Amino acid sequence: MQQRLHPLLLLSALTVLALSALCVALAVGSVHLPLHSVMSALEGGGDPLTRTLVLELRLPRALTAFATGGLLALAGALMQVLLRNPLADPYILGVSGGAAVGALLSLLLGMAGFWVSGSAFVGALISMLIVFVLAHGRGGWTPTRLLLTGIVVAFGWGAAISLLLVLSDNASLRGMLFWLMGDLSYRSSGWLPLMVVIAGLAICLPFARHLNVLARGETLAEALGISVRPFTIAIYIAASLFTAVAVTEAGAIGFVGLVIPHMLRLVSGSDHRTLLPGAVLLGGSLLMLADTLARTLVAPEQLPVGVVTAAIGVPVFLYLLNRARGPL
Amino acid sequence: MSAAPLLEARALTVEISGKYVCRNFNLALYPGNCVGVLGSNGVGKTTLLHSLVGLRSVDSGEIFLNDVPLKALPRRRIAQQLGLLMQQQEDSLPATVLETALIGRHPHIDFWRWESHSDVNLARRALKLVGLDGLEQRAQTQLSGGERRRLAIATIITQDPQIFLLDEPTHQLDPHHQLALLGYFAKLARTRNRAIIMSLHDANLAARFCGQVMLLFGDGEMQHGSVDDTLNTENLSRLYQTPMVPVKWSGGTAYLPG
Repeated sequence: MQQRLHPLLLLSALTVLALSALCVALAVGSVHLPLHSVMSALEGGGDPLTRTLVLELRLPRALTAFATGGLLALAGALMQVLLRNPLADPYILGVSGGAAVGALLSLLLGMAGFWVSGSAFVGALISMLIVFVLAHGRGGWTPTRLLLTGIVVAFGWGAAISLLLVLSDNASLRGMLFWLMGDLSYRSSGWLPLMVVIAGLAICLPFARHLNVLARGETLAEALGISVRPFTIAIYIAASLFTAVAVTEAGAIGFVGLVIPHMLRLVSGSDHRTLLPGAVLLGGSLLMLADTLARTLVAPEQLPVGVVTAAIGVPVFLYLLNRARGPL
Repeated sequence: MSAAPLLEARALTVEISGKYVCRNFNLALYPGNCVGVLGSNGVGKTTLLHSLVGLRSVDSGEIFLNDVPLKALPRRRIAQQLGLLMQQQEDSLPATVLETALIGRHPHIDFWRWESHSDVNLARRALKLVGLDGLEQRAQTQLSGGERRRLAIATIITQDPQIFLLDEPTHQLDPHHQLALLGYFAKLARTRNRAIIMSLHDANLAARFCGQVMLLFGDGEMQHGSVDDTLNTENLSRLYQTPMVPVKWSGGTAYLPG
């Protein structure tokens, strides 16, 4: 029998992890700062240079990383219930493909900053709408139909991405590749995605018990008193929006959305009342740590954060999976 | 008979891909009733049960739950009074045995609340009843087919509705569990004012545990009556399109395919 971690213990441990990851992200970099000067900078004291470094450079980036990781993990958990498929991730229905095509198009046209993010978001919304409308075939909205529609649309975006990469000149190619692998250096102030992840969790958490029921199948959920149609549509929209915000902030960072929910299921079971907040904390912490490594390992060069995420996540996940004898 | 039926169907017509499952069908289900539904494969037993829970729209007629039209009730209110045991269940995402049984409490728990102690106790009692006690923390996927079936039955017992609609409850169960669980449901109807409709493939189990049977002959033709009036060689041979032979034994008459 597998030993399960108590939910409260797990969530407190994950909160500590997230706070420690934040401290590391603020302290480590081109200039290493001792913890006490990070703290005084956060309180508005210390010398101006440190304050600028912490408050204007590192804090926004750390917050963006946390929010992005949290959103991806949250969206992954929702998608896995919506499709009742353990292989589902936030990108499986093509949201990131649409965002990537939007972003690459704007990069190809020589745009930067806000315009890249803006067109990524628009691309994600277009993709979400296409899948939503097309999956609505004559036979209704089954998980399989939704999954196939999404995968085929994603495949179409993939082809478009290849085409854009071929058409682009060498100068913009590097930026495009970084965007595709996930990159936090185009970050915004970090507060917007943080608000989205907090609001998203607050909206989803009351419905966590409904998710537990839906995970056992739509007919059973309907028989147990859930109005499945509006509920699944709401999950689809929520998961797609979270993914769109995450992809807009940081590009297509893989892996987090697929694996974080599974890690938590292995450690503490599949009750979504624990799983959803746990996923936000763990996904956020993982991405914050990965981003800190990405900008320090080969400084002053930067690694794409997606590569580092996988470098940390793959061995940890394989270890957990291999050790697990419980569900999954 | 007590005043109002728990579940009532008036002039119900259900059609599936050009064939009638039932036509102008009337049913009044009272507390204490236990009705067996018999019919050959594909005749629409499942469709009929799903229609009675409102999972499927009907072509004409109306269904009333405690005198209220089913269509006017929110899903959650229906689920508090009417339980459905499905023929098959999905289990692509992991869950433990206890978690699965507790799912049955969902319609009874208010939006902001968690499962209470008494909910957990109900689930544990139901698991004990189906012989799955001791396996509470086991993954559902690690159970055998028959054990999973019993887990589904424990889930509906945990749900504790007034009306149980059971779609082939004996499917995958060994004779011991078939008798034990059907006996439990029959007693539940008798002593605790529940009403039960169950589809079965064994007329002898229906004769043993049900007071009434409903024979679905196909294309909307149906015969509904007491076990003694309805279960006979002629009807059963027509029902299964196979000669059925009555065999006398100490418990009465059993029917075997001849």
